[in-house]
Amino acid sequence: MTEPKNLSHLKALESESIEIFREVAASFERPVMMYSIGKDSSVLLHLARKAFFPSRIPFPLLHIDTTWKFQEMIEFRDRMATQHGFELLVHTNPEGLAANVNPFDHGSSRYTDIMKTQALRQALNAGKYDAAIGGARRDEEKSRAKERIFSHRNAQHAWDPKNQRPELWRIFNTRLAPGESMRVFPLSNWTELDIWTYIYSEGIEITPLYFARKRPVVERSGTLIMIDDDRFRFEPGETPSDRMVRFRTLGCYPLTGAIPSTASDLPSIIMEMQASRTSEREGRLIDSDSVGSMEKKKQEGYF
Amino acid sequence: MMNVAAPIRSPDTDIDLWLAQQTEKGLLRFLTCGSVDDGKSTLIGRLLYDSQLILDDQLASLRKESRNRMVGDEGIDFSLLVDGLAAEREQGITIDVAYRFFSTDKRKFIVADTPGHEQYTRNMATGASNADLAIVLIDARKGVLVQTRRHSFILSLIGVKHVVLAINKIDLVGYDPDVFNAIESEYRAFAKDLGFETLVAIPVSALKGDNILMPSPNMGWYRGPQLVPYLETIEVASDRTSKPMRFPVQWVNRPNLDFRGFSGTVASGVVSVGDDVLVAASRKPAKVARIVTMDGDISMAVAGHAVTLVLDREVDISRGDVLSHPGETPEFSNQFQARMVWMSDETAFPGRSYLLKIGAQLVPATITDLKFRTNVNTLEHTSAKTLELNEVGTLTIATDKPIAFDAYASNGLTGAFILIDRISNATLGAGVIDFGLRRAQNLSWQSFDVNRTVRAEMKGQTASIVWFTGLSGSGKSTVANLVEKKLAAEGHHAYILDGDNVRHGLNKDLGFTEEARVENIRRVAEVARLMADAGLIVLVSFISPFRNERRLAREIAGDIPFTEVYVDTPLAVCEARDPKGLYARARRGEIKNFTGIDSPFEPPEHAEMVLHGAVETPEAMAEALYEQVFGRGPGYSI
Repeated sequence: MTEPKNLSHLKALESESIEIFREVAASFERPVMMYSIGKDSSVLLHLARKAFFPSRIPFPLLHIDTTWKFQEMIEFRDRMATQHGFELLVHTNPEGLAANVNPFDHGSSRYTDIMKTQALRQALNAGKYDAAIGGARRDEEKSRAKERIFSHRNAQHAWDPKNQRPELWRIFNTRLAPGESMRVFPLSNWTELDIWTYIYSEGIEITPLYFARKRPVVERSGTLIMIDDDRFRFEPGETPSDRMVRFRTLGCYPLTGAIPSTASDLPSIIMEMQASRTSEREGRLIDSDSVGSMEKKKQEGYF
Repeated sequence: MMNVAAPIRSPDTDIDLWLAQQTEKGLLRFLTCGSVDDGKSTLIGRLLYDSQLILDDQLASLRKESRNRMVGDEGIDFSLLVDGLAAEREQGITIDVAYRFFSTDKRKFIVADTPGHEQYTRNMATGASNADLAIVLIDARKGVLVQTRRHSFILSLIGVKHVVLAINKIDLVGYDPDVFNAIESEYRAFAKDLGFETLVAIPVSALKGDNILMPSPNMGWYRGPQLVPYLETIEVASDRTSKPMRFPVQWVNRPNLDFRGFSGTVASGVVSVGDDVLVAASRKPAKVARIVTMDGDISMAVAGHAVTLVLDREVDISRGDVLSHPGETPEFSNQFQARMVWMSDETAFPGRSYLLKIGAQLVPATITDLKFRTNVNTLEHTSAKTLELNEVGTLTIATDKPIAFDAYASNGLTGAFILIDRISNATLGAGVIDFGLRRAQNLSWQSFDVNRTVRAEMKGQTASIVWFTGLSGSGKSTVANLVEKKLAAEGHHAYILDGDNVRHGLNKDLGFTEEARVENIRRVAEVARLMADAGLIVLVSFISPFRNERRLAREIAGDIPFTEVYVDTPLAVCEARDPKGLYARARRGEIKNFTGIDSPFEPPEHAEMVLHGAVETPEAMAEALYEQVFGRGPGYSI
């Protein structure tokens, strides 16, 4: 018999996240898991499968489809649903769709509000979900660093940062009044490096967009934007060129900056990240609107 | 896959080796605490900066935000890195725990940056609950403050065993060793009874970087360790695996009829296939047949591992049950003594009913006795009847049903609990269990009066009397019944006293003369008072035709909330309904002194509520009454 020993760092993080998933399944009537198709969602999905094995994931996965996601993301999403047999729900804001709300005509913040924030609210209200699991990490952004693992939302889905419930030890207060809900973040204590090393050591499949490849891009205010389909609007003088790029974070393709990179496999991505001098969310255009913009979005109900 | 060179990788770097090193690296969770303005956020910002974790885009945004602020040589206000909330940036204070991540070549760190203001002490306790070590900051110019003592005491309560006393802003006192020595001596004297296993004092300047990474050239007199090297090497391992095994069942895993597993995280110790285990509540034994994970079955699981246990036989186990080895069972009791930090503006007092969560167990619980409050300045005990926000008290708690637990000192994860408000669902306080109390040890219930409020609190309600008056057949009992059903559905305990059920028993000696009617009402009013005193919501449904009797009933009720409800249904309607055929008999002269026929009904002049039985349905009347009397929940009625 081997001598008992302590869990490794990654195993300990994995177990903590599994415990959180099980607490959600045991404490809430209608949980749902946000599935955004990115690397954090891939880790989240892997952990959810582990948490309930041999049972299936006992709640649906919800994707808010703005219709402007990378095509490769949608293909990947549908393949994962078939492969792992989870219930996949897809919601698009019907009014936004009818009004053809898009990142070009409406600007990133209005577009994000209508197609993401409002769409999410619609889907959560329609499903009457009392717990929504998300993949946010505390190392991502300053206001997230202060959010609880079980984060209370009022009936309008808003977060009150000044009135958060104390969260001690591993004891989670999951009680809700009617209409209220909880956002739950099992990856709170993971860092970006933890995510990548876990993906590597567990062999978790992620979308090919994370790996460097020649892709058609234009450079726009210092950011490389990939031309994913023929809806892209070129500005005067812009012509696409094929460059070796990859994505550190995924979202709507007109709003997601690529980085020049030659890292085409996991080890080189991890090494590249270690040497990186910019933070992950820099590629996301919504965060740079104003200082404190993420906190504002969260108070309004953005994930 | 394309064959692309990875220029970042140095030729001799083997990714697997590097990854192995990453996962082998230990993790230290620590918190920073101390009074406001002692420089906690600045210190963490400094640690992140010095470990080169501030990235280019963050630095640029930081320099932009640092204008018009106190900055060091680097031109950066480090506190901006961690004070993430807009409200905090505006006020320049830290109001909530922020978790930060950094790593050095030797260790990974998760830092909980906790608030210094007294009103956010609860957030500091939150940060401490998951920390192995604490950095207590002191402003060298101010020395040991009330908040320094308060935080240190809470560290001791939560069980943080390792403390670094960082005497900060030492540059502002001219790097004076006498200042440092005086503060260190004062703190050591205060902390000697707090049970810290290690305590080291380091003079630092977070703003300038003195003694953070390297020995400061400004303090040749200091011979101790520097902060980061000390954090990298201090041994804090709390040996959870060598403790008795505890497996709290979190979720019953039943994918199909052939598989029944119990999912949970090993809280302490080691569980192996073949082990005998015992369910704490039922004392039912079983053997571990399998330990299931998605990566395949394993033979043994250690503390911290989330697994699914399959037992060798059918045992009734559900969420909240705790499995242990037979010789090392946890305590199982409904009474224990604990120390609590109160975290709410709602005052804590004995007798009030709360929800208690410990592991996966959630049970109603009551503080039975508040033994004393601890003065955080002197650590002296003072007697207390209540506990206010941020106060620390030693108390006894009784739960509605027995729970499995350990003393916090012997097992942190099975000895800690929170109390939750039954109405607002807020987390009110956090506690650590000192020891269980057996029935024979008797709680000192005498120290507070078990009164009506206490009894009603145990039921999560306010005792009250609702007095229905109105003609026979007006609908009093029908409405009272509907209201009782609604109360019961909401988990409240009510009781209906009505004319028939009382006259068949207690009052069967009484007739219908005016004198007998007065005595009838007096007795019913006394019974209603006793029942309300026992904590119940009493619904009295009596014709009670005379104002004087009803006034008497109200007087007997004393300070018990009393609501007079007049069910105003016209005589013609009541007589047409005549559910018991009484009006017909009275008209035929078979019943004497029948109210409305040959005996008067005096309508109330000041009823709290009037219901119109001829035009409203019983359901609508019950709804309206419930809304008015119990609208904000019986916990708040009247």
